[in-house]
Amino acid sequence: MARLSFPVGPQHPALKEPENLRFSVDGELVVEADIRIGYVHRSIERTCSERNYVQDLYLCERVCGICSNAHTLCYCMAVEQIAEVEIPERAQYIRMLMHEFERIHSHLLWLGVAGHEIGFDTLFMYVWRDREVMQDILETVSGSRGHYGMTILGGVRYDITPEMEEKIREGIEYLRERTEYYAKIATTETTFIKRTENVGGITGPLALDLGAVGPVLRASGVDYDVRRRFPYLKYDQVEFEVRMSEMADVLGRTLVRVHEIIDACNICEQVLDMMSEGEIQTRFPRRVPEGEAVARIEAQRGELIYYVRSDGTDVPERLKIRTPTLANLPAAQEMLVGGYVADIPITFASIDPCFSCTDRMVVLDDVSTSETTTMTWSELLELSRDR
Amino acid sequence: MQVLTPLFHVLVFPGFIFLVVFGLFASWVDRKLIAKFQNRVGPPLLQPFADFIKLLSKEDIVPEHSDRPMFAITPLIALAGVIASIVYIPTWSAHALHAFEVDLIVVMYLLTLPAFALFLGGWYSTNPFATLGSTRVLTQLIGYEVPFLLACLAPALAAGSWSISDVAIAQHDGLWLITAAPLSFIVALIALIGKLERVPFDIPQAKTEIVTGPEVEYSGRRLAVWKLTFLTEAIVGGALISALFLGGPHFWGIPYESMGPWLSGFVGMIVLSLKILAIVFFLALAQAALARIRIEQMVQWCLLWLGIPALLNLGLVVFITHL
Repeated sequence: MARLSFPVGPQHPALKEPENLRFSVDGELVVEADIRIGYVHRSIERTCSERNYVQDLYLCERVCGICSNAHTLCYCMAVEQIAEVEIPERAQYIRMLMHEFERIHSHLLWLGVAGHEIGFDTLFMYVWRDREVMQDILETVSGSRGHYGMTILGGVRYDITPEMEEKIREGIEYLRERTEYYAKIATTETTFIKRTENVGGITGPLALDLGAVGPVLRASGVDYDVRRRFPYLKYDQVEFEVRMSEMADVLGRTLVRVHEIIDACNICEQVLDMMSEGEIQTRFPRRVPEGEAVARIEAQRGELIYYVRSDGTDVPERLKIRTPTLANLPAAQEMLVGGYVADIPITFASIDPCFSCTDRMVVLDDVSTSETTTMTWSELLELSRDR
Repeated sequence: MQVLTPLFHVLVFPGFIFLVVFGLFASWVDRKLIAKFQNRVGPPLLQPFADFIKLLSKEDIVPEHSDRPMFAITPLIALAGVIASIVYIPTWSAHALHAFEVDLIVVMYLLTLPAFALFLGGWYSTNPFATLGSTRVLTQLIGYEVPFLLACLAPALAAGSWSISDVAIAQHDGLWLITAAPLSFIVALIALIGKLERVPFDIPQAKTEIVTGPEVEYSGRRLAVWKLTFLTEAIVGGALISALFLGGPHFWGIPYESMGPWLSGFVGMIVLSLKILAIVFFLALAQAALARIRIEQMVQWCLLWLGIPALLNLGLVVFITHL
């Protein structure tokens, strides 16, 4: 059979956001894969350097709907580093709690989506039902289910009351039990194993070379977790294991994520035990002194990096976001080539992609003619009307 | 009356209207069961009917580069094949509307028509997803069709006739042929999942991979016909398996002989419907409990784990009947 050009996206049921993957397939085998990003570029980095630090907080939260708290956390860490503001201890614990809550809800969300991609909708329904428990906890603590607005410059917005603590402990207990059950399903259900074992494989050294991060890297047997390597908040005081898998396939990534949910539950309980009474906010200056800082955290999808440069005003001069999905895309391309067409959705989903975080715009100037291709807003409008 | 009776049989019962209504009802049972298994509420009773009517009223688009006659006619051929086969399958008594010595093979052939029609329809719609799905339809056909035929031959050989009606009549002494061919029964049920393209064998349609495959370019009326084809095929396939393995309308303790023709026909139909719904229950259970597997895994697994048991059971039946 001749090679078939096979597009996935920008509109495709397997993709939750618009992005274009182009494949060249020979029968059921993928010969070439090409990932094209840029459909949901929102120019957040640029916009950030036109707004003040407090406004940027809200903007950064909206980089992503799933890891919204991770973005504000990383942003605040970078800005607080420049301003040399030390936040109160209780605020650090609450930030840690939110960070782990978000990891639990995000990994559960991913597990459900993974089930859906391989036609296992019952898993999807069950997991998303249980995820509601975590969503309820997040709502109790912060007042909202998506963009929590908990992390602010100089601390956190709301305190955790004893009633909340009771509810959190109950929910965590339930979720741990359920997650252990899902771990059992992932390792015993035959059709699930058939669809995930030896699918989308990538070796540890290659994954490192391609700059993969997070669960993708750990599932290839590389011991790298920012929480352990470069502890932030109070991660040096809690006990947890860096989950790894030698399987280096989709099943390995599933197990790493499922075990990370259980770990996150344990971390939450430890944090609740360690938390001491005290202030949750400290005063943050309006103007940030001149300087630059890099903050890195282990978001649920992998290592998230924020770079902030300040020129001494209330507006950052430059803000740069490196999201984990961008780092994982080269590895994803490597995983897809040589696999089956049927495995495209689950392989690509196994990096837990988030496109709107990832999309960047690159303008390439033609070197030979030295013509620039930069457009003004009115030219862009005209172009879109002509089309 | 000479003309009206056959016409009634073809159009109303057990033909078109009965199959459509019962098929839609069975699909409601199916959806409701899956919803219950998945901890959801599920659709109301008339939802499949509403979906079907809505689909009929939608715009019907034919792709520009497709082969228009083939694209248009294939769903009708598929539906016609399925509805024609009900003529040879016992529905209200052990005697089918028409019966002759090798009608089992004819029904097998007619039930293969949807797969071939789906392949052609997908292929001629010239969409990459449809092309890929069409090749999967044919690949999968090898996987389930061989074990299905082998499994259905076992009761035929046990009853000593290749007529479905004769096989159903032979079970009237109270011993269903599932006792002679239990492995074949299981094989036939699993192969039916492949025939109906349901989870775990919904590989040719695979929504998250190839966007419903061969059906991707179909819309409106023609898509409704495709949906109807698979709904009615579930009923016809269920009726066929019931007739071959579960005694058709027979059930212990129901005195069909002492009832009038109308009452016995009505009771027989209810009994058969319940058996078909039991098969639908099995289909729903499989859909809720399993994930979709890959095409090469499917063919390999089916030929190994369906083909060999079916052959074994067939050999056993041949051995016993010739003893």
